[in-house]
Amino acid sequence: MSNELIEFVLVSVALLAIGIYGLAVKRNAIRMLFAIEMIVNAANLNIVAFSRFIPNSQGQTLALFSIAIAAAEVAVGLALIIVAYRMYKNIDIADFRSLKG
Amino acid sequence: MADAVFLAISVLTIGSAIAALEIRSMIYGSIALMVTLAGVAGFFLLLDAPFVAMFQISVYVGSIAVLILFTVMLVRRELIFNKIEDPRRRYAGIGLMIVIMLGIGTIIIGSGIKSMEVDAPAVDFREIGKDFLTYYSPALVVMGLILASAVIGALTLARREDVTDEQRTD
Repeated sequence: MSNELIEFVLVSVALLAIGIYGLAVKRNAIRMLFAIEMIVNAANLNIVAFSRFIPNSQGQTLALFSIAIAAAEVAVGLALIIVAYRMYKNIDIADFRSLKG
Repeated sequence: MADAVFLAISVLTIGSAIAALEIRSMIYGSIALMVTLAGVAGFFLLLDAPFVAMFQISVYVGSIAVLILFTVMLVRRELIFNKIEDPRRRYAGIGLMIVIMLGIGTIIIGSGIKSMEVDAPAVDFREIGKDFLTYYSPALVVMGLILASAVIGALTLARREDVTDEQRTD
């Protein structure tokens, strides 16, 4: 194995920073969901990298659970976006500010 | 030192992550997001975790890609291409990104994990399967319930209440 742990962790930090940039700047709801996915994947990459280098099999198990839960989260998030789009005819986050009844 | 495969995958992953947020068309953006997720699966392969990599490909690139593409196509066409951004907010976001990268990066480089070496063999994926069905089996059941309730919740949320059986013509 020729790669070092720190390289994987640095890639994960870059993905996290790009995801936070997307969450802070974008106002499009679907693009914010993209950014959340990037952050979740950065966390998974971190978990698997540390579990390879410790070494320990439980990190991979945790990553599998995390991927499955992220899939559930995306399903619910997209359904919420579709409902909000039906109500407001827009997917701009600023239009959802008066989200009520 | 990093080898060529690692460098290629990391450039692909980070480049398509930026493209997913910055490309004008959201359809191409979602395809770029899928390239990012496949790149993360490639990292899992490099980390000797083939089971997690295949799970990542089948869940993210397989199912979430279809979900996101369908949602993007359900939205009106001009909204897909519309970019609403405050330029000052954008510069602040880029500044925040650079601060996070440099800050956490220096902390990580300064910490001791650079000297961490691995000499143990990779974990066999058969061990993970055995763990799943023995020690983690209650958690596995709970995860299945969470997935089922999430799917039912998504269906209930997205259901149209204004369409009734009387209005249906077919």
